[in-house]
Amino acid sequence: MMEIFDILLQASFWAAVLRIASPLIFATMGELICERAGVLNLGIEGIMVIGAFTGWIAVYAGLPLWWGVGAALLAGMAFGLLHGVLVVPFGLSQHVVGLGITLLATATASFAYRLILPEVTSPPKIEPFQPLGLFGPILGAQTALTYAAFGVVAVVAYVLYRTPLGLALRACGDNPAAVAAQGLSVTGLRLGAVMVGSGLMAVGGAFLTLSAFSSFFFEMVNGRGWICIALVVFGGWGPGKALLGAMLFAGFDALQVRLQQTGIGEILPYQLFLALPYILSILALILMSRRAQVPGALMIPFRKGER
Amino acid sequence: MQAQEVVLRLTGITKRFGPVLANDGIDLALHRGEVVALLGENGAGKTTLMNILFGQYRADAGDTQAFGAALPPGQPRAALMAGIGMVHQHFTQCGALTVLENIMLGRESLWQTRLGRAKARARLAQLMADFGLTVDPDARVGDLSVGERQRVEILKALYGEARVLILDEPTAVLTPQEAEALFVTLRRLVAQGLSVLFISHKLGEVMALADRCVVLRHGRVAGAVRVAETNPAALAAMMVGGDLPGQAVPPGRPGVVLLSLRNVGGTGVDLDLRAGTITGLAGVSGNGQAALADLISGLARPLAGQMTLGGQAVPADWSPRRAVQAGVGRIPEDRHRQGVVGDFTLAENAVLERYGEAGFARGPFLRRGAIRDFAAGLIGKYDVRGGGPETAARGLSGGNMQKVILGRVLEAGPKIILANQPVRGLDVGAIAYVQSQLIAARDQGAAVLLISEDLNEVLDLSDVVHVISKGRLSPGFARGEKTVAELGLWMAGEGFDHAA
Repeated sequence: MMEIFDILLQASFWAAVLRIASPLIFATMGELICERAGVLNLGIEGIMVIGAFTGWIAVYAGLPLWWGVGAALLAGMAFGLLHGVLVVPFGLSQHVVGLGITLLATATASFAYRLILPEVTSPPKIEPFQPLGLFGPILGAQTALTYAAFGVVAVVAYVLYRTPLGLALRACGDNPAAVAAQGLSVTGLRLGAVMVGSGLMAVGGAFLTLSAFSSFFFEMVNGRGWICIALVVFGGWGPGKALLGAMLFAGFDALQVRLQQTGIGEILPYQLFLALPYILSILALILMSRRAQVPGALMIPFRKGER
Repeated sequence: MQAQEVVLRLTGITKRFGPVLANDGIDLALHRGEVVALLGENGAGKTTLMNILFGQYRADAGDTQAFGAALPPGQPRAALMAGIGMVHQHFTQCGALTVLENIMLGRESLWQTRLGRAKARARLAQLMADFGLTVDPDARVGDLSVGERQRVEILKALYGEARVLILDEPTAVLTPQEAEALFVTLRRLVAQGLSVLFISHKLGEVMALADRCVVLRHGRVAGAVRVAETNPAALAAMMVGGDLPGQAVPPGRPGVVLLSLRNVGGTGVDLDLRAGTITGLAGVSGNGQAALADLISGLARPLAGQMTLGGQAVPADWSPRRAVQAGVGRIPEDRHRQGVVGDFTLAENAVLERYGEAGFARGPFLRRGAIRDFAAGLIGKYDVRGGGPETAARGLSGGNMQKVILGRVLEAGPKIILANQPVRGLDVGAIAYVQSQLIAARDQGAAVLLISEDLNEVLDLSDVVHVISKGRLSPGFARGEKTVAELGLWMAGEGFDHAA
């Protein structure tokens, strides 16, 4: 147990928690926006891959880093538009479309990669975002994108609970008929939510290439998208608690890496440590999601004139 | 009173659906500070008229004016913008949001950077004080009672600056106490200069609340009277028309009792269904018809009392399957939800109750060909239009769907037919067809139980009429034994007290 306390006292541990949490925060906020408007977006995993790739390839091509983030955002919104059109006006199954988008986006990234870099054996590196060095060893180790991630949580929370747009979005996720009865467009609101949400997911992916690592690998998203879907549930569809969930998951992840190097790591197999954040997340999910308020119209397509 | 400002005027509204004239030259005027009841049976044209006012349909002729200005036809927002608020029977609310949020929804520009919560809260508090409507603005709507949710709906309309309030069957979902509270509220609104138009088929509440009453029958204004100068019996007569019931249909030849209920549910429900007769069950919906229908169709088992079929007590494992096997044919109240499986083909729906029988199955396998042939025969015989055996049932119109159900029931050669609202929502042609088939089945010896809210329909078809009210069943009245007005009193629950 002493080892754990030692780790918790290290500044580098807390710096790692913030770094690991950042992409999860972006993508979780993206998924949360979609789901609050009533659309489950299972395209998240693939959209994160396309975001990671687009951001990286844009910067590799010579664009500034922030333009890379912008490129990822646009790529995410484009896939969000496709997902949204299939799911909102056409009312197709959100599960099937979401998984299809994940396959399509992942394959598109792979295809474009081979097209642009046919010869290379290992992906070229770029110069990523650098730590800002402000406010001490923990915050100072973070890049501007991590600050942006926390900024996004504040903005999402504000928009959802403090603006007429957020009210309309939440109403869309609960009972779209009530929104339509006020003369608002459910289709427009849901489509917009899916596009913006998908854009945020892609930025979460781009964090991996533009801030965490300096290159692109196909396995780098590695199930983070699915974790984010669980984090939305964990957070009870609220941005604040979802942020907490992302931090908790990142904390377990940072902890298990460090535990492997302690005395405990010599006794137990390392696979057990790798599994630790997932096991603890599932436990937390079970405990937290019992009281969760699921959006009433989640996954239910809205067609005018039907009850 | 007549000199009062007219806030809403409908002139010569006419709307035709194919051969059916749903609204025929309807005139209606609502004055400031007045409560007008729009009274009529189901299918009299009330809903069509409201849909025209709110721009869902365009009238073929006639025009609508609100506060002296013409409303453009076919624009749902126009009436709302003109200050006409509608409280639907089915509320359009978000259960997860608070009362305040529900009321604010859509009231501010979406691109405004801040929700004006404090201002809205103050305005809502003012409205609640002005009109004596209290709801906790921070309560989740999903936690409220139906009566409170209706108050939220009224507040929503008032918040939208409605000066005319239209309520569609507002008491249908309320307890009597809640209904009484609603009446108090509405009187207060009217005292403050608003106008109320409420749609109803309940005579009692029209008498209690309205200043004037406009009666619709078969799409026409059958009469417009001051409530102070009329009585429930006169209104009922106006609503169902002066035409003598039961002349067109020759009487049945009563045979043996096929189904008998004795004091089921412990509320003194005694009912005998005889072969070769149509037994009508009149009453306002929600007075126990559903429980009775569930019992006969096998969805529920008798809790008390006795239920016998052909002289034998029903088996302890009484179920829908047992009911079908015992020869009970069922035309359910909600044909979309309980009658057909929308995504199944007509062929599959046609054998839904009998797919296990030898004609349609061989061991565990369906005989597809036989099922298709059966369905094709049914489609021809019962004149189902709009699809063949392989068409999904979802695609059919209500009338044709009902013909499929009717065919399924009658082809099984039932001894007892439970027809629950068999013509609700159908057009005139389909109504006549379904009714004639029920009469034909009766003449072949079936015992038919006809449950309907439409008193006219019950009187036209039935050899014996019972009235159901608050779970109690009146004695059976022979054809012509009671007038419409007398039955109306039984429907309002009055006859029971005299009888007891």
